Amino acid sequence: MSATLRILKAGPGASVQDKGRLGFLRFGVTPAGPMDPGAFIAARLAAGDAKGAAIEASLGGLELAAEGGEIGLAIAGGAFDIRLDERALPSACVLRLVPGARLSVRAGSAGAWVYLAPFGRLDLPFVLGSYATHARSGLGGLDGRMLRAGDALKIVDPRPAPVEPMAILAPWIGERPAKSRVMLGPQQDYFSPEAIETFLTARWRLSERSDRMAYRLEGPLLQHLKGHDIVSDGVAFGAIQTPGDGAPLVLMADRQPTGGYPKIANVIGADLSALAQMRAGDLLEFASVSWEQAVAARRARARAIAAGVALEPLLRKEFSPEFLLERNLVGGVIDGRKT
Amino acid sequence: MTPPPYESPRYLDAGEAALSVEFGDSVDPEINACVLTLDAALREAKLPGVEELVPTYRSLMIHYEPLTILRADLVKVLNSLVLQGASAFTPKARWRVPCCYDPALAEDIIEAARILGMSPDQLSALHANGCYRAYMYGFAPGWCYLGGLPESLALPRRASPRGATPPGAVLIGGGLSLISANPMPTGWYVIGRTPERMFALEREPPLLIEPGDDVCFEPVDHEMFFALEARAARGEIVALREALP
Repeated sequence: MSATLRILKAGPGASVQDKGRLGFLRFGVTPAGPMDPGAFIAARLAAGDAKGAAIEASLGGLELAAEGGEIGLAIAGGAFDIRLDERALPSACVLRLVPGARLSVRAGSAGAWVYLAPFGRLDLPFVLGSYATHARSGLGGLDGRMLRAGDALKIVDPRPAPVEPMAILAPWIGERPAKSRVMLGPQQDYFSPEAIETFLTARWRLSERSDRMAYRLEGPLLQHLKGHDIVSDGVAFGAIQTPGDGAPLVLMADRQPTGGYPKIANVIGADLSALAQMRAGDLLEFASVSWEQAVAARRARARAIAAGVALEPLLRKEFSPEFLLERNLVGGVIDGRKT
Repeated sequence: MTPPPYESPRYLDAGEAALSVEFGDSVDPEINACVLTLDAALREAKLPGVEELVPTYRSLMIHYEPLTILRADLVKVLNSLVLQGASAFTPKARWRVPCCYDPALAEDIIEAARILGMSPDQLSALHANGCYRAYMYGFAPGWCYLGGLPESLALPRRASPRGATPPGAVLIGGGLSLISANPMPTGWYVIGRTPERMFALEREPPLLIEPGDDVCFEPVDHEMFFALEARAARGEIVALREALP
């Protein structure tokens, strides 16, 4: 009998993702895929198969149980609060979920997205070559929609996970550049030199109105030189487009493949993960880099990922005070006044 | 008068892993032919590291892996392909797409005809006599933007969008025509409906018309529309594809 992952509770923003729906951009199909590609691949590598899918959860959190058998899970993402039956675990870890146990994932001290990759395969239909959910067009994942309480995800071809939870060491998780590096263009000529200067020197605030499609930035308005409409052209992950109101939008995983607003710059691949993990209200700044610098950063990230992840037993020093208290490690009480 | 294509294309970076090859800055058949010519040549070339090509009205977006192919090497290949290919693009296929212009289905045809100063019958006759080219997809899966709309049917888009389109809506707006798939709100006018499914996951292939294919419309009446729609619902392809020499 195969095991099933049961969603007990799901806040908004939980969905099944894989590396994205590639090959159909030319037909208007959104790629979707993980918001934080670096954390996603760390979770998949720790689960032993880089190619598979994972559950992406956001600040709304998630609670899960295993039914019909145990399920191994690898978790990586922002600094989320991970608890296995109230036992606090590191925010990047592998664990075994046995029937009767409850795994809870809640927003922690930082980060906006977390990935739960099963040791095995999610038994879902392959839609246009991908498991990635794009809810707006009803494609992929579980019935083309976000996950909700009561959903059951069957795990096939399961692989065993370590008996005791272990921490995932992936040096690129949580890497946070001081400034988000961008390459200017493709439409920087739609902006005055002053507007580009403003873009590169302002402190931007991530708006509440941000989602899988776009992160909206609050700050100074960027004036267009030649109007805010362009004849549509292609759009890449991290494109910073500026519609008529002058407030920039960073286009994220659920972007449309083409768009009709001028794009002042594009966040480089190596800095997309850190950007994605920002929360509404967080501040960010941009720094302009060359193609060569962007590729050097991309190469460094690719090398780190190629070296893989390491698993480390949980050490005592990493146990949280709550955990230690629950375990009742203190066998007796000593009265200091009597000694 | 629309401006001609640039003398040589502009290579515009969209981050380190995407390059937009821009041939002009307007919606124009000659500019789009340059885009589609390069798209076809690059698909043929199958360069390692070139991952995905997205043709638009006036540019070709190339998503590539810069750790596999350097930008400079990619541009070298692009320059030689651009030199080889004239703007005389030859489409590989022509589609005959059934379309019902009956106002009962073509929700906005009366309104659009009024704005254009003609009768709905004149509008549908002009639209059905046009020869179109699939310029690009965009907005949503299967939404195919067509060049070649007769000039007498050019009308501005609505100031604010109308409600969700019916499935298979055929639209006009901003000097273009459009065949849509799933219902979405739009600023365009619904002047016809096709029983064909531009995007159907359960069918092979799920998407029919390639960017660069020619498209013409075959008027069908109300009754024929529903007969064809029933066949399309069973997974049949009801538009006709002719391969062009």
